[in-house]
Amino acid sequence: MTDLALAKATASPARRFSPALPGIGLLLVVAYGILPLVANEYLFDAILTPFLALALAGLGLNILTGYAGQVSLGSSAFMAVGAYAAYNLALRLPGVPFMIDILLAGVVAAAVGLLFGLPSLRLRGFYLAVSTLAAQFFVQWVFNKVGWFSNNSPSGIVSVPTLSVVGITLDSSAGRYLFALTVVTAVTLAVWRLVESPTGRALVALRDHETAARVIGIPVLRVKLLAFAVSSFIIGVAGVLWAFAYLRTVEPAGFNLDRSFQILFIVIIGGLASLRGAFLGAALIVVFPLLLARLGEALLGGLFDSGVLEMSQRIVLGLLIVTFLITEPAGLTALLDRAWNRIAGRFRRTGLPITG
Amino acid sequence: MEWQFFTEVLVGGLLSGVMYSLVAIGFVLIYKTSGVLNFAQGALLLFAALTFVSLTERGLPVWAAILLTLAAMTGIGAMIERAVLRPLVNQPPITLFMATLGVSYVVEGAAQLLWGTQVHGLDLGIDDLPLEIGGVLVSSFDLFAAAVAGAMVAALTLFFRYTRIGLGFRAVADDQLAALAVGLSLDRIWTAVWTAAGMVALVAGLLWGARLGVQFSLSLVVLKALPVLVLGGFDSIAGAIVGGLIVGAVEKLAEVYVGPFVGGGIEGWIAYVAALGFLLIRPSGLFGAKLVERV
Repeated sequence: MTDLALAKATASPARRFSPALPGIGLLLVVAYGILPLVANEYLFDAILTPFLALALAGLGLNILTGYAGQVSLGSSAFMAVGAYAAYNLALRLPGVPFMIDILLAGVVAAAVGLLFGLPSLRLRGFYLAVSTLAAQFFVQWVFNKVGWFSNNSPSGIVSVPTLSVVGITLDSSAGRYLFALTVVTAVTLAVWRLVESPTGRALVALRDHETAARVIGIPVLRVKLLAFAVSSFIIGVAGVLWAFAYLRTVEPAGFNLDRSFQILFIVIIGGLASLRGAFLGAALIVVFPLLLARLGEALLGGLFDSGVLEMSQRIVLGLLIVTFLITEPAGLTALLDRAWNRIAGRFRRTGLPITG
Repeated sequence: MEWQFFTEVLVGGLLSGVMYSLVAIGFVLIYKTSGVLNFAQGALLLFAALTFVSLTERGLPVWAAILLTLAAMTGIGAMIERAVLRPLVNQPPITLFMATLGVSYVVEGAAQLLWGTQVHGLDLGIDDLPLEIGGVLVSSFDLFAAAVAGAMVAALTLFFRYTRIGLGFRAVADDQLAALAVGLSLDRIWTAVWTAAGMVALVAGLLWGARLGVQFSLSLVVLKALPVLVLGGFDSIAGAIVGGLIVGAVEKLAEVYVGPFVGGGIEGWIAYVAALGFLLIRPSGLFGAKLVERV
């Protein structure tokens, strides 16, 4: 077993799906300008806000797994660290603005990530993947057992304080959505800069061939730890959004192994080593259970109870993973790229101008 | 007295470790011959136990239930091999692992969709009585499980040493290209391996099911088997046994001697931390093949 040669899955096509800047501008206009006007509470609370939090977590894991090639099965542990850190910062340092709390929570998650990233200096592949499970179980146990983190709440579940930024209270569904959107946008732009920078290239070099990367002078150990730290920072911030903007409570059980797998699935389905991938994957993961529930109800009616629903969700999710791995290892990103190229190609043939 | 208590905890731990080894052996069989870390082993175990219990509850005699379950496991194993792993031949190992993660979701979902989600009791007719051996109390069920595990390892060893297909397994594990060159059929051997893993899953599923009750959480024993594999090395049956014993002993001893100081419940992660500490010294486990990397 050599390095995680995910190269095939991640070879990025020469032409991107959309001309980057106008596309992003358009998305932001829709997300900031149009959605808050047309969306209702259900759309915000059940779809958009969890989508944003999970997309951010996927983005964080993608840095580690997609770009740097280190598989982690413990992502939700770092979400938990971020969420509990932000809760405690808000509780114990009441004067500090929440934006600072978020950053600090990310830093705490990064520190924990660094600690659990240390084995990666010695371990590869499966052995590393299994060792990240240590983070998953240990962190969950700590938040269950140590009462201080949940302010001695007997159940370990705590409600978080209301979001407020520069004196504006963001209590409504739309407010929490806009808050999450702003954080996700800022982090995504920063990550975009990172992956296009020499450091980002170093991550990819590390993934494609560790020894070769070392030979051309990349400080492999430092870059690996950096990947763990940056990834955990982002996943930690995603955890803050999950707890503060989406659920409005923090509980250890919400950050279990299933959540970690879910984030991994987002990255696989969306596309490894692609920023869009995290968003596309998260969209699918959030929307498909809802669609499945509607569909099942329409087709089977009363037979389709919650137990059947849960099981069929598991089956469909598993089938999706397997199907994507077999037929489209580069994920939804590649599917969209291909579709776009086909459309663009048709325009070219008919002589219409192409933008971008 | 203190020493006797220690021995009791240790023996209890070693015996429960045997149960972990049972699960780990299923992983090793597949990893050895096809290089796939099969995360779905836990789901297979759940499927086997659930199928067996549901069939007996519907009035089937035990032997018929075992035969039918075995047939079902063979079918599922062969299907996974054919539909999922064969299209993924030559993909990086981690891709194969993620595919088996997907498979585990499908198998878990299917098992419960088919047989329902309620908890079933499973009585194998073996009493769980405390026996006193040399002044140390031992559970008779644990002893039975250890005997079954021992018999299974013995059977597997004989199988690998003396049967045609077993020798084929070893040839494929040793060198796939060379095995192909001497005319072994990789397809047939891989199908046979998955069948064997299905059988191991049935045995482990019955023992674990009798212990915990047959329910969804049964598939989580896979998480107990992973540190065992890490300790013993992914490709060694002996490693799976020794690793299981170590993990079992460490877990019980830590729970009794360390647990009270930190609030208990540490058996969920102590095995991982122990395995991790061990890995830092020996990165491919006790008996695992050393990685040789070609540049």
